[in-house]
Amino acid sequence: MNLDIVGLTVRYGARIAVQDLALTLHPGEILALLGANGSGKTSVLRALAGLTPHTGTARWSSPPRIGYMPQDSAANAALTVFEVVLLGRMRSLRFRPDAADLAAAETTLREIGLHDLAERRIGELSGGQRQMVFLAQVLAADPHALLLDEPTSALDIAHQLRILELLRAVTRRRGLTTLVVMHDLNAAARFADRVALLHRGGLIGVGAPADILRAETLEPVFGARVAVLPGPDGVPVVVPLGAATQAGEKIAPS
Amino acid sequence: MSLGDEWRSRDRRRTVVSVAAAWVLGVAIVADIATGPAMLPVGSVMAGLFGTTDDPLLLAIVGHIRLPIALMAVAVGAALGVSGATMQTILRNPLASSYTLGISAGAGFGAALAILVGEALPLPQTWAVPIAAFAFAALTCLLVAAVGRLRDATPELLILAGIACLFLFQALQSLLQFLASPEALQQIVFWLFGSLQQATLPKVGIVAAVLALVLPLLLRDAWRFTALHLGDDRARGLGIDVRALRLRAFLAVSLLTGAAVAFVGTIGFIGLVAPHIARLLVGEDQRHLLVASALFGALLLSSASVASKLLIPGTVFPIGIVTALIGVPFFFWLVLAGGRRR
Repeated sequence: MNLDIVGLTVRYGARIAVQDLALTLHPGEILALLGANGSGKTSVLRALAGLTPHTGTARWSSPPRIGYMPQDSAANAALTVFEVVLLGRMRSLRFRPDAADLAAAETTLREIGLHDLAERRIGELSGGQRQMVFLAQVLAADPHALLLDEPTSALDIAHQLRILELLRAVTRRRGLTTLVVMHDLNAAARFADRVALLHRGGLIGVGAPADILRAETLEPVFGARVAVLPGPDGVPVVVPLGAATQAGEKIAPS
Repeated sequence: MSLGDEWRSRDRRRTVVSVAAAWVLGVAIVADIATGPAMLPVGSVMAGLFGTTDDPLLLAIVGHIRLPIALMAVAVGAALGVSGATMQTILRNPLASSYTLGISAGAGFGAALAILVGEALPLPQTWAVPIAAFAFAALTCLLVAAVGRLRDATPELLILAGIACLFLFQALQSLLQFLASPEALQQIVFWLFGSLQQATLPKVGIVAAVLALVLPLLLRDAWRFTALHLGDDRARGLGIDVRALRLRAFLAVSLLTGAAVAFVGTIGFIGLVAPHIARLLVGEDQRHLLVASALFGALLLSSASVASKLLIPGTVFPIGIVTALIGVPFFFWLVLAGGRRR
């Protein structure tokens, strides 16, 4: 399902977190939202999920079911993995859950490959496993669109790859419209179909990773010196070289 | 077996815990009725309860004196257990209870005020005190909830507001005690001890009616409460109006706590400990946790009632003292045992 974002603006009091954002997302596509800390990435996600007041419009081609996954937070609840995923069915969940909701939770757990952990407590899992469970929770609601806030931050490389590969697979298979806030530019280059670069609430550019992830674009946005090299399989690789000499250099949004 | 079937059987095992607790509670009620200055054999208790005796003294002791007290322990314990569990869930804090958040202190102030101005009130004191206690318990709850409405109702803010209320009402209580006549002071202190001795069947009926009204409403939100364990943002992401849910819960808690403390005074630790025991046994699925907290709250207070009569034969200890004396060591054990498991 297509999503047309037009003139999206988020204000916190006098501070403007996101200004006049325009972006179109397509089904079956992963769009990575990149930018430095405080650039407004999370605000965009929260606005689209309806959790933050905003102006402007987000037009879906039909009424959406949105799966929103906030940044990871330690979850020490005495709930099993199965129950956490079952909670994803909140909109239809009855006091005594009916067979359809139980089946949906099970199907999602098997799809993600977590069925062996079903009876484990969420608090006993590693950070990577926990993120997979929360992804399963979001997917159990059978969403049309996914809004994920840094799903792989603080994870080791194997778990990062597993989650992102999984994300790409379900996005393709279910035809989801997927928007992911990411910090890891190289993971974004590898797994996103397109990337959008935010700087101080404004959009610097959106396009194929190879077109956006360029040293001259990234350096002022992140305040760091970087080199962008072609990787062994053609995917660009961003190598940090050091902090910028003139931090906070201004560039004009295009 | 499918994962759904496995979950259903786990679900049934949790129901068994509550059913077992209900049976033990039944035994505790009989024991509560049997103990007293005159110890009664179980057969006499049953005969008194079911009216299969002609002994007017037995009927009077069982039916008019001990049964109301035993049932009051059950109703109040259940109400405190449910309100504690609800507060611990919505504030995501294992230390939350009507006691730690100043609601009991508010009720104590209301009771002290009613005792102090006693004669000036148009009501007999047996009713003025509970009504004032209820009103101030509810007022404290609403005060905390109102603070939550001012800004985003984060759990931390609500807890701070509750603790502020605790200090405020404790200070006001002390002020009233300072101003009170020796007779009034004695009454106030006795009320603050907590006691089941003033229980009558109509009073039990009121507490039970509030519980019967509020518990189903809380159970209707059970899955939403469960989701709250995962954090506000995740709950919102699942489509839950977290703010409205918290306010609804606060309203329910104020009714439950107000009704519970109104007739029996300040009873600590039940609201804190019962949900912890329930959580250890049935987990955090709120459908089970609420019911189990009610049952364990009732069981704890019922057992405390028995203990209060056995500690010094011939004397009924104020139950509020007994619950704290039993509750504190038990709580330490729970905390330490929980710490080892982690």
